[in-house]
Amino acid sequence: MTGIKDRVAVVGMGCTRFGEHWDKSAEDLMVEAAYEACEDAGIDPGDIQAAWLGFNYSLGTARGTMLSHALKLEYIPVTRVENACCTATDAFRNACYAVAAGIYELVLVLGVEKLKDAGVSGLPVSYAPMWGSRVEPPAPAPVQFALAATRYFHHYGLSYEEGKRTLAKIAVKNHRNGSLNPKAHFQKEISLEQAVKAPIIASPLGLFDCCGVSDGAAAAIITTPERARKIRDDYILVKGLGLSCGARQAVLQDDYDMVHFEETVAAARTAYQEAGIKNPREEVDLAIVHDCFTITELLIYEDLGFSPRGGAKEDIDAGFFTLEGGLPVNTDGGLKCFGHPVGASGLRMIYEVYKQIQGKAGARQVKKADIGLTHNLGGWPGHFTCAVAIFGRRD
Amino acid sequence: MVGITSFGAYIPLFRLGEGTAGWRAGVEKAIASFDEDSITMAAAAAIDCLQGKDRKAVDGLYFATTTAPYLEKQGAAVIAEAVDLRTDILTGDFGNSLRAGTTALRSALDAVKAGSAGQVLVTAADLRVPQPRSEFEPVFGDGAAAVVVGTENVIAEIEASYSLAHEILDLWRPAGELFNRSSEDRFATDEGYSNVLPRAVKGLLEKCGLGPGDFARAVFYGPDARKHRSMAARLGFDAKTQVQDPLYNKIGNTGAAAVFMTLASALEEARPGDRILVASYGDGADAFVLKVTAEIENLPPRRGVKGYLKSKRMLDDYLTYVKWRGLIDMAPPVRRPPLDPPSPAAIFRERDQNIRLYGVQCNRCGCRQYPPQRVCTKCHTRDDFTPVRFSDKRATLFTYSMDSLGPTPDPPLIVCFIDFEGGGRMACTMTDRAVEEVRVGMPLEMSFRKLYTVAGIHNYYWKCVPVRD
Repeated sequence: MTGIKDRVAVVGMGCTRFGEHWDKSAEDLMVEAAYEACEDAGIDPGDIQAAWLGFNYSLGTARGTMLSHALKLEYIPVTRVENACCTATDAFRNACYAVAAGIYELVLVLGVEKLKDAGVSGLPVSYAPMWGSRVEPPAPAPVQFALAATRYFHHYGLSYEEGKRTLAKIAVKNHRNGSLNPKAHFQKEISLEQAVKAPIIASPLGLFDCCGVSDGAAAAIITTPERARKIRDDYILVKGLGLSCGARQAVLQDDYDMVHFEETVAAARTAYQEAGIKNPREEVDLAIVHDCFTITELLIYEDLGFSPRGGAKEDIDAGFFTLEGGLPVNTDGGLKCFGHPVGASGLRMIYEVYKQIQGKAGARQVKKADIGLTHNLGGWPGHFTCAVAIFGRRD
Repeated sequence: MVGITSFGAYIPLFRLGEGTAGWRAGVEKAIASFDEDSITMAAAAAIDCLQGKDRKAVDGLYFATTTAPYLEKQGAAVIAEAVDLRTDILTGDFGNSLRAGTTALRSALDAVKAGSAGQVLVTAADLRVPQPRSEFEPVFGDGAAAVVVGTENVIAEIEASYSLAHEILDLWRPAGELFNRSSEDRFATDEGYSNVLPRAVKGLLEKCGLGPGDFARAVFYGPDARKHRSMAARLGFDAKTQVQDPLYNKIGNTGAAAVFMTLASALEEARPGDRILVASYGDGADAFVLKVTAEIENLPPRRGVKGYLKSKRMLDDYLTYVKWRGLIDMAPPVRRPPLDPPSPAAIFRERDQNIRLYGVQCNRCGCRQYPPQRVCTKCHTRDDFTPVRFSDKRATLFTYSMDSLGPTPDPPLIVCFIDFEGGGRMACTMTDRAVEEVRVGMPLEMSFRKLYTVAGIHNYYWKCVPVRD
């Protein structure tokens, strides 16, 4: 196995502002993101040879033709990908393999989600199988991740108050980063007290522990490194891709600790191996990770090897993951503030890494951005799909 | 010898009474939680009754209630699954009368006597909803009780039985209506209860050549505590020494289960040689003479009425009760899409794992897992498992969350991962809990409940509850 390192380049990216787009349809969002990406790459949509489209919730017809229709692509192949919160990253991953295999040279990957027409807050989703016996606990995402928070507090002896404050610091950091990002859904800073005292959604998680639910789209144009050199100087290279699917081990096995997510560990292991990263805490310059909830971001620090087991609190207290810290995480505000249109989020993360490596991240630009990592976690404890992608500056 | 070989009871945790804001009745009574009905309570009493008994040796299950969740679809079949009985048994529902329980008992007695069944479990439950502020509201309580009729290890021989049929409109609930109707009280009592019950008892005693003085205990129905007291004198029993307290001021009148509940109380205190009179009323009467045997001292411990009576929690306010009974249409805590109905095919296919609460143990590596898997989560062996019943296993709380916005009439919804004694983990919800008592590591037991009703489907499943000790 040769791995993906340096075999695929990102030459153009686009991302809509995320948020409550009452006046925009999915088609509007797709057109905005795709045209921005094409313009960024200096290509015409007609140059695209194949496309991968990611979304989770039905846009009417759950097919690749959604994208063809929006962009008026002329009879090229479009594959629709759905893999929970990893949807966009998995669409990107599959597109990378097609480019690396030499099948296509210029490929569009686009993720989109139009959630806010659902008429409900939160995700318009039932976690029970569509036609099942429906005896599973009615547990939407905040409830599922609160299970991990309760156990983490218990496992490491954090009092409820200590635990809440630790998580709140993650929300405060992401709000600060979001305030520097004109495309973020939420662009306001919050105080620690505000976060701690926010209304409880699913104890111990409060309002500011939960990410935004948004509409949005993001897109990437990928190609071979050879072709990339002809397109622009500051393209970025894919260094590693990992995807891991859990088999409900956390629910089926009574010795599963629930203070880590093995899917993240496994996906990161693959990606680090491909990228040749041995010490992620030192070698990764910035990471855009799946902070669907603050507890998720905390566990990710440990699962990605940024913090030692049980050591996340110490790093959080020390400000290690802030813009000025040793390893800035969610520089764009994360899911918390940039928002979470599920099928678009993975590409939004890649968009931030792309801009940071190019030095175009504006007020939130980090000092050193040679290696950036993105991470998605879809599903719930015991039943995750996890995607990790690593990117680097061109050689 | 044919008689009762075991007994059990179930009283819901919650009570209306002193401390319940807005409750003006001046009595205390048991009320089923929002996720209980006559089927779930009857299952709980049956399980209490089968303590220390081989569930697979039971040949029949009769379910008695006037509040069957389905008019067409058997309750006994669901209960038999939840209790994990064999499937080659006779199941039947007895209903439509407050004496449905004793009629079922008489039928069980006849079946065992005739040799068509070795052991028959009779479980009675009721959840009658009194109209708010009606005369019935201080009286009706919710609960269940059960007995096993058999020939081996008989704890109380059934020496004789006697029945009367009596057609009268004294108390009735027409099909499609929730609340009871009744005729004028003096007519109803004079020509109904006060007329028929004494005649049945007299008929029984004459048949056996016994008098009131031959009985250590008298267990009989009463529409309410006052009428029950005056019946004692009419029947010739001493209220202090002979009459078994029906606990109407602690549990309430549990309808078709009321006489069974009182009988369970009597059996908890009975000594070998005691004779017990049992008489029920409702469109006639059924009466029995029981004689307690020495076997009663070998009966394994159970919660019974005593155990369940002392484990209780007062409901904070009457409004919650009214909400639980669906008597007012409260807005849900948050805007959510309506629940989709479950698939009857999936419910059918998963009946062992959902209703019997079967998991599996891997024959290769020993790992216990729920729900059952085709491939072992640990050693990946395929299709080599032994079923494990988790419904009677204790558990501890591994982790939980409290969902303030969850779809429950009793927020917050406690969603749990629990670890069973002896291995196995399950994701489920917790019910009958005080929010402040929920903590990692707390001891739990399983309770059969109704998750919700959608599209006319009562979806039954198990929840965990704090151990009721």
